[in-house]
Amino acid sequence: MALVLSEEQTMLRDAARSFLGERAPVGHLRTLRDSGKPDGFSRELWAEMTGLGWAAILVPEAYGGLAYGYTGLGLVLEETGRTLTPSPLLGTALTAVAALNLAGTDAQCAAILPGIASGERILALACDEASRHRPRQLTTAAAAQGFGYRLTGHKTAVIDGHAADTFIVSAWTGSGLSLFLVPADARGVSVERYPLLDTHAAANVRFEQVELEAAALLGDLDGAEALLDRILDVARIGAAAELLGLAQEAFARTVDYLKERKQFGVPIGSFQALQHRAAKLHAEIEMCKSVVLKALQLLDADETPRLADRVAEMASLAKAKLSTTAHLAATEAIQMHGGIGMTDDFDIGFFLKRCRILETLYGDRYFHLDRYARLRGY
Amino acid sequence: MQADATQANRSEPDPDRPEAFRSAVREWLAVNCPESMRSPWRTEADVCWGGRGWEFQSADQRLWLERMAARGWTAPGWPREYGGGGLDRERAKILKEELARIHARPPLMSFGISMLGPALLKFGSEEQKRQHLPPVVRGEIRWAQGYSEPNAGSDLASLQARCEDRGDHFILNGSKIWTSYGDFADWMFCLVRTDSGARKQAGISFVMFDMATLGVTTRPIRLISGKSPFTETFFEDVRVEKDQVIGGLNQGWTVAKYLLTHEREMIAGAGLSSAGSTPLSKTAVHRLDTENGVLRNSALRADIARFEMDEQCLDLTIERARDETQAGASLGAFASMFKYYGTELNMRRQELLMAIGGYDSLVWEGGDSDDGHMPKSWLRSKGNSIEGGTSEIQLNIVAKHILGLPG
Repeated sequence: MALVLSEEQTMLRDAARSFLGERAPVGHLRTLRDSGKPDGFSRELWAEMTGLGWAAILVPEAYGGLAYGYTGLGLVLEETGRTLTPSPLLGTALTAVAALNLAGTDAQCAAILPGIASGERILALACDEASRHRPRQLTTAAAAQGFGYRLTGHKTAVIDGHAADTFIVSAWTGSGLSLFLVPADARGVSVERYPLLDTHAAANVRFEQVELEAAALLGDLDGAEALLDRILDVARIGAAAELLGLAQEAFARTVDYLKERKQFGVPIGSFQALQHRAAKLHAEIEMCKSVVLKALQLLDADETPRLADRVAEMASLAKAKLSTTAHLAATEAIQMHGGIGMTDDFDIGFFLKRCRILETLYGDRYFHLDRYARLRGY
Repeated sequence: MQADATQANRSEPDPDRPEAFRSAVREWLAVNCPESMRSPWRTEADVCWGGRGWEFQSADQRLWLERMAARGWTAPGWPREYGGGGLDRERAKILKEELARIHARPPLMSFGISMLGPALLKFGSEEQKRQHLPPVVRGEIRWAQGYSEPNAGSDLASLQARCEDRGDHFILNGSKIWTSYGDFADWMFCLVRTDSGARKQAGISFVMFDMATLGVTTRPIRLISGKSPFTETFFEDVRVEKDQVIGGLNQGWTVAKYLLTHEREMIAGAGLSSAGSTPLSKTAVHRLDTENGVLRNSALRADIARFEMDEQCLDLTIERARDETQAGASLGAFASMFKYYGTELNMRRQELLMAIGGYDSLVWEGGDSDDGHMPKSWLRSKGNSIEGGTSEIQLNIVAKHILGLPG
């Protein structure tokens, strides 16, 4: 498949760009932060976004969706990365929908997907238990009981956990890993919200003897390791897409500033020391564009297990490369803006904060460097 | 003998169906590509460069060149009237894929094909194309490029080699440096000053002449790698014919810029030819200690992984650039970036190979060292970020022409 966007995809991207530019520019994030509201995102804005169909992009038509694919949703994520717009797009519209598409029964999909498509429901993936991303290191466990399961454990860094009505929870089930759909209002679930450095919020979630129906199981009992990897790979590629938008916007603002800001009587962008750093960053961002597009296209194309390893490798490549490059773009942005870049009044610092979260989420560059090397046999 | 094999498969594929073309190519190659031409080549010395003085390394090498040249497939995309293959982009790509599939060596390495041809096709007169292109396709004439001078490196436009108008011809005096294989070349395409009064870019012309002309001499330059792939080239009252100016008098800078873009793409591509060779990590696993399949030295392992990631990123970006160009975008914006990124990457690769090699990578001669292949390749790679426009010049171009930074 050619590494170019179709006309339809370009239209979707342009529409997203103009909507976000108008309704949710970076100033929106500042307003949200200063309002002190606990959600970390605007429910009104989310209603408008879902009104445009963004939460339905990945949902099959049979469940009220658009079935438009990963590449389309990736383009929208890239645009929200440019404007740093907080929303449940990554956690719910991408990750949760992918989980249900990959492993949900008809009943599970029918119960949840239409509500996601319409914007009523928010889900959160709860897979980490410590301060680093280690999806295989679990103490959370579920045991068969009667006609269902009893779940006990705790999860941390649950993005949108404070707002979710349902969690996708990983747990040991005797001889392997399993995934469960756990309602947030089930008895024994407690949620403790905490703010993140960029105004988003996450939660610690505790499960005390939570009783689940048999139908809460998502995918195979004791056999959901590959499924969880795949769901996480989708989330990683989504985070990479968002980082791509973030890196491009931080860089564009920096280049503009280099042309504008004068010292010693000339624009600072005429200094070769800064020009070369900017040119190198430009090259890295061009690399990133190709990797993200390829990863999204692979997700759309992949229906055969043969490609599963390629998806895993591309997901780690995309997450590591984008984390590294977006981080460079955000830190160079601060440095090249000079003193004003350190002030809260100026927006550029928001890019560094959002970047830090996205690069840490679902495995940082070191996690993925190691995983990439393992996948390639060294 | 060569004609027999060629004519046996003369049935032309249906031009409307790429897949029919592919199977015809595959069949033809199966019959016509000699077995010995299907083994990997490692250095530029393993392939045919052609030219008046070329001594074929084997009968198969000659046969392979003649068969491919007869179909114009040494220059697949050039028009048929100039000896080329007349293939469109899609068919040229199919041919390339089929050649790669059987690991066929290039039948001909040629600056005539990669550099002179594109300039002539775009700026040359009809007579010039008819005179020069067919012998290039057949590998009969080997070309050299005369750009840099001792005092005109990165600042190429300050070049001083001068052509004086003598009525029906020019007389050339001056010198060039870094002429690739200048001592083996039959003809040279060369940037010379034809108007000393004009602004420096405006007084330059792009001329061609036979290296056998009286007054042309070359002297090999020995590199830190111990090899001499370049020469200095001296001109003393060399006669240059007036019909051998490409693109018009004093228009040489336009042609040169166009060609430099081509050269950069080619150099970036050469940096990538590692894509076809053994992956770095395979070499590492083969030579270094592992524990449960993981390289024991985690610092080196991380550097190798970062290199392989960037290599994959560049491959994908070249793929994207190709796709975007087919969709109508211009490749110009990518060329300097690719030249910079591709060469820096190749140099990183060479550094890592040396690190993986350890003491073995220090051996300069002798059987086990493959005649010092490792250190010689490493040393040679240091020129990658200098030749064809330094990395710094590429970054200047990106900053000014793509990012629009001032000054």
